[in-house]
Amino acid sequence: MVALAVALGGCAARPEAPTGIQDPFEADNRFAHAFNKDLDRAVLRPVSRTYVRVVPQEGQQMVSNFADNLALPGMVVNNLLQGDLSGAGRNSLRFLYNSTLGFGGLFDPSSEFGIEPEDTDFGETLHVWGVPEGNYVELFVLGPSTERDALGRVVDVFLDPLDYVLPRPERSYATGVYVLDRVGDRGRFGSTVDSVLYESADSYAQARIIYLQSRRFELGQTEEAAPGAEIDPFALDTEGF
Amino acid sequence: MPALHRRRFLTSLAGGLVAATALPRAVLALTEQGARQLIDGLVGEINRVIGSGKSEQAMYGDFERIFDRYADNSYIAAYAMGVDGRRATAAQKKAFSDAFSSYIARKYGKRFREFIGGRLEVKGVRKVKSWYEVSTTAYLRGEAPFEVTFQVSDRTGRDLFFNMFIEGVNLLLTERTEIGAMIDRNGGNIDAMIANLRNAG
Repeated sequence: MVALAVALGGCAARPEAPTGIQDPFEADNRFAHAFNKDLDRAVLRPVSRTYVRVVPQEGQQMVSNFADNLALPGMVVNNLLQGDLSGAGRNSLRFLYNSTLGFGGLFDPSSEFGIEPEDTDFGETLHVWGVPEGNYVELFVLGPSTERDALGRVVDVFLDPLDYVLPRPERSYATGVYVLDRVGDRGRFGSTVDSVLYESADSYAQARIIYLQSRRFELGQTEEAAPGAEIDPFALDTEGF
Repeated sequence: MPALHRRRFLTSLAGGLVAATALPRAVLALTEQGARQLIDGLVGEINRVIGSGKSEQAMYGDFERIFDRYADNSYIAAYAMGVDGRRATAAQKKAFSDAFSSYIARKYGKRFREFIGGRLEVKGVRKVKSWYEVSTTAYLRGEAPFEVTFQVSDRTGRDLFFNMFIEGVNLLLTERTEIGAMIDRNGGNIDAMIANLRNAG
């Protein structure tokens, strides 16, 4: 069914919904969403609450710094593929300083020097190369995405230079730190995530519109993110409100 | 993009007072300065609340007063209801507007509460069609700074903000989705949706 829809989607240009959402796989996506919500309720949410309660703030910051630092080499590859030399330079400097002066990435002296990260991924590289966003998809475990970003995530696994350099046990520690950082994020932004997942009338629709808006904003696709033609304060009947 | 507006502006309690006394000049058209003054005032008030150390409940009350004074609530409510607004009675519209503005104050008050220990700074203003866009930066403890943008118009005869973007996430679009879902969940019943809304957020 999905394969058929993909095949059809490939050859027919689909008219965009007014809010710029293409979601022909909604039924499958909602199934993944329900699964992710169950997983969050049973595992991620309780674990993250304990994590932010038990681990001191400084410890959480170190985990976050360490995970961010390990992600830098992969980002440099993407910066280069996008022709973004200044981003590649900044991220390389960050990796150099934080790995040495920052004790293997536990600290973030680069930010104090004013060298801010240029976050990127292969999904953005595809965007820079002109690949369209594609349909909205919610992935199992990983959450909201688009066809382009989902493909980007797969490619990023193979693009990370550290994967080819690090020996076996270190590689799994790196994965562990990444997971721990995700747990920390879930804990720190707990009430925001809870409000989307558990307090909204339709958490699937909320997660979808929030993901698409923030991702398009991140990639600088401002026209899609803000359908300004639709939001005109003078073109709406507010009589009685 | 944010880099275009790098000028920094000091926001202070004084900024809030200036905007408050300058508000009732309804005859004047919306200007860049007016839009900036409004958001300077708004940001000053938000910063004062998040720096006050008040209880959660007291803060929501403060945020509701701030939204009443600075936001174009009837526009935001009408937008959020979308096409369903066309079949709503006058009484339903009124009840919806009331329930909706406290819901918005609670919901976004909670988000602003997370700004405790941080601050918002006004960065710049630009004209878009018939309204202005005022960009601000949120500085939160332990987080990379991010962008919060307000759209300001004088549609009602007063300068008021009618939309807010937190890192690109648009209040109007997000709330139209939410209200639409609430109406669907209640089988299209507007009164039931309004009753739901009173307990949401």
